[in-house]
Amino acid sequence: MNNLASLLERLRLIFHEGTGLLTDPAMLRTFECDGLAHHRVIPAVVVLPTTAEQVEQTISICHDLGVPFVARGNGTGLSAGALPVAEGVVISLSRFRRIIEIDAPNMRAVVEPGVINLDLTKASVGDDLYYAPDPSSQQVCSIGGNVAENSGGAHCLKYGFTTHHITGLEVVTPDGELISLGAGKCVDAPGYDLLGAFIGSEGTLGVATKITTKLLKRPELVKTLIAAFDSTTSAGAAVSAIIASGILPAAVEMMDALAIEAAENAVHCGYPEGANTVLIVELDGPEGEVLAGMERVEAFCRECGAGELRIAADDEERALIWKGRKSAFAAIGTLSPDFIVQDGVIPRTSLPQVLAEIAELSRTSGIRVANVFHAGDGNLHPLVLFDERIAGDLETANAVSGAIIDLCIKYGGSITGEHGVGADKVSYMGKMFTEADLDTMQMVRCAFDVDNLSNPGKIFPTPRLCGEVPGRHHGVHPLVLSGEAELF
Amino acid sequence: MSSQPITSSGSFASPDTPRRDLLDECVHCGFCLPSCPTFVLYGEEMDSPRGRIYLMRAALDGAPINEEMVTHFDRCLGCMSCETACPSGVHYGELIEATRAQVERSYRRPLSTRLQRWIVFSLFPYPKRLAVARRFLRLYQQSGLERLVRTTRLLSMAPKFLQTMESIAPRIGPRESIAEFLPSLTETRGTVALLVGCVQGSFFPQVNEATVRVLRSEGFDVVVPTDQGCCGALSAHVGRLDEAREFARRLIDTFEAHEVEAVIVNSAGCGSTMKEYGEMLSGDRDYADRARAFGDRTRDIAEFLAGIEPIAPRHPLEITVAYHDACHLGHAQRVKQQPRQLLSAIAGITVREISEGEICCGSAGVYNIFEGLAAAQLGDRKAGNVASTAAQLLIAANPGCTMQIASALERLGTPMPTLHTIELLDASIQGESSEDLLERLTRRDGSRTGG
Ligand SMILES: Cc1cc2nc3c(=O)[nH]c(=O)nc-3n(C[C@H](O)[C@H](O)[C@H](O)COP(=O)(O)OP(=O)(O)OC[C@H]3O[C@@H](n4cnc5c(N)ncnc54)[C@H](O)[C@@H]3O)c2cc1C
Ligand code: SF4
Ligand code: SF4
Repeated sequence: MNNLASLLERLRLIFHEGTGLLTDPAMLRTFECDGLAHHRVIPAVVVLPTTAEQVEQTISICHDLGVPFVARGNGTGLSAGALPVAEGVVISLSRFRRIIEIDAPNMRAVVEPGVINLDLTKASVGDDLYYAPDPSSQQVCSIGGNVAENSGGAHCLKYGFTTHHITGLEVVTPDGELISLGAGKCVDAPGYDLLGAFIGSEGTLGVATKITTKLLKRPELVKTLIAAFDSTTSAGAAVSAIIASGILPAAVEMMDALAIEAAENAVHCGYPEGANTVLIVELDGPEGEVLAGMERVEAFCRECGAGELRIAADDEERALIWKGRKSAFAAIGTLSPDFIVQDGVIPRTSLPQVLAEIAELSRTSGIRVANVFHAGDGNLHPLVLFDERIAGDLETANAVSGAIIDLCIKYGGSITGEHGVGADKVSYMGKMFTEADLDTMQMVRCAFDVDNLSNPGKIFPTPRLCGEVPGRHHGVHPLVLSGEAELF
Repeated sequence: MSSQPITSSGSFASPDTPRRDLLDECVHCGFCLPSCPTFVLYGEEMDSPRGRIYLMRAALDGAPINEEMVTHFDRCLGCMSCETACPSGVHYGELIEATRAQVERSYRRPLSTRLQRWIVFSLFPYPKRLAVARRFLRLYQQSGLERLVRTTRLLSMAPKFLQTMESIAPRIGPRESIAEFLPSLTETRGTVALLVGCVQGSFFPQVNEATVRVLRSEGFDVVVPTDQGCCGALSAHVGRLDEAREFARRLIDTFEAHEVEAVIVNSAGCGSTMKEYGEMLSGDRDYADRARAFGDRTRDIAEFLAGIEPIAPRHPLEITVAYHDACHLGHAQRVKQQPRQLLSAIAGITVREISEGEICCGSAGVYNIFEGLAAAQLGDRKAGNVASTAAQLLIAANPGCTMQIASALERLGTPMPTLHTIELLDASIQGESSEDLLERLTRRDGSRTGG
């Protein structure tokens, strides 16, 4: 308590109470969760910095007083990565959001962390450039959040994840030091790839305060096809055929009947009527290549049994196809009061078996599961529907959701494709990695955050004290002993 | 950890309690954040739709309705941009209206704020009082007093809300009253009634005149019931629900006396409220069904005209216009395509889109009077986006937007004449040339400088 009083006293020197510094319980509550709303913790304090200095000062104070802090972008994370710590500070970056520079000749942008992903693309349109990573939440998620989660999007198949598009970062480390990672606007820096280590670290290695991104030239032509199939299996076969032919689509997305219904309810996207499954394939690049490729894609789809098949005639039609796809998660709200968005990866070729097993899980449990996925790279997003008001429904849904992840591991996949581990999936880390694997990762964390103050409780099932020699635990872990952590 | 759902309504008391099941429809995805004007301005959770929904839930769970909380509810423009953006179909409008009713009932505002509200709500919803105000305003503008006040900055001592009202007031022209029945100019296709609107009728009578002319040219008899009162929109938007309901009942009574196929509205804010009468009076045994029927008959003028086969010939107008979606037309009534369609059907017209078009101009009923600073920032933002279209004319379908954007454009030093959609359509049907039109508008707006 005393700690909180001195924390507030020092934070008040930096922030204006009520606008930059929040302590009113109702206001604090609006920060209690991210996009995964069933994980909730009310923080002790929220600060809303607008400069790197303010972030630096805040973290220094936290470091001095041993107070944990959690960075937050726009709170769309789906793994409770921005879940606050009850006695800690939330550093909300949503107001720290200027686009500092669009360097068109070098095809780079420099932005503050709270800049919304899509706003960067909007700002570079005039130079015929765009920012490639496009999570479905791109209209709202922050680039800082994207960096922390190494977010992907529909176009990862061809263009890669966030990590492939960041060339430099300015970061405040957990002990309050402002450092630069990467090579600014250049591509490669000598020494350890600390930039790579930071991207995807989910806020556990510090807070990004400035981000240098690549911008890409807009492709000469973009063509988008939507095709209806009578099963996910036949649509899956079309995906395999396309990829085996050597065509590299910009995106290949699949949605099943339930997901289509939700999207149609929400945004009236006009998908082929009565489709059991739709496949969206987008090609981009030089005109000749795209047109020729599209003909072949169309042929593959037909061979695999596509019914109605449409190629968007203009940007408007194309936007509508994507609107349906990108609204799919949130649109599930029109079908069910509560749902869990799962995120797992499997080898693409296992798609039919895994989907069949998911359908079986759904049948036996009575829990509906809608499927939306980046079919090109085997990244599944099963949406597990439930109603929190019905006793036992949440537990069953959690069990189904967990079983889906077990399936992914069983088929040689991963427990997360792009949403991160956060607080939500810590307990699955042990299923995917050995103790030694996890210890090695934690040593990286220890190098940045000796006191375990930067977004504690995320990623790792068992926080370790950094003085320890990894891999060789003698007796009970000190944190377990002190009651601050428990072993899974 | 997580808050337990409790059945009592916490700091809220019935009636008009925000419904928990509606709050639960929010899945916390955040898609509404960037389209919310206050999130754009303040960049914080509590000034976003998602955050406000959270605050409503907190109050429902017992958190006190204190000054902080009220600030964030008050800052909401009620622009419904979040409803358009929300993929989950959250009925934000219903939630905020109920929340405001709670605030009105249980929260005591500071004296000066209460006074402001009293002045505004004793004036705007009453056409007769507005008519008096209108006469004073015309006198003020024509006597040279306005010029004097603006050059001497006399008003800088006055309360902020008065300064705002002074600065956004439009040019007042002479008023011609509209007859109660106006027959079609060709073979009659049907009969419609027209809502005059308090602000529209008092400050923009030319919009009503144009509406009537176009309807008559399109083959409709037009009934303009005399003694029609306020539709209740202004009251409903700030949570004075009982007052709004009373206005609604009176309006239904007045219009029911006439057998018409549609009630035509040319003021977006009024139209959106009238379409919701069914919901608003659902608890009133005598009026529930009638209110629903009335709402179903209500049509925005653009919506109505786009739905009929045009018969009045349009003459070309060589002009580039920027079309502004009034929030209560585009977001609340989802009437976006129809006005564009009507305009584009006129040969020679180029319609430019305004970037950030989904973001409110800050007018929002009486918002610009009560939340002057935020409204001015939004106005400037809108004006900048309008100016960069480099259009010759701004088209907006709501009197509040027209006043707000026109004054912001002027502040920015890039004045642009404004017209209602229907006025442009009227000019085309009347065969006015674009030169004459622009010339007429320049004369109308006169010089408004001096301040
Ligand atoms: C409807 C919907 C669709 C989605 N679709 C996709 C998708 O297609 N692909 C995808 O990858 N994700 C998707 N997501 C997940 C989410 O949008 C991403 O994880 C996004 O990157 C989170 O950004 P944010 O600004 O909301 O961050 P938050 O949720 O606020 O935070 C996420 C994490 O980043 C950390 N963080 C935030 N800012 C910083 C910073 N400046 N420095 C250090 N750490 C920071 C936080 O501590 C937290 O751990 C979706 C989410 C929703 C709701
Ligand atoms: S109505 Fe407008 S101002 Fe209010 S929360 Fe929705 S988008 Fe924001
Ligand atoms: S978009 Fe809708 S569901 Fe998503 S946070 Fe906003 S109100 Fe809630």
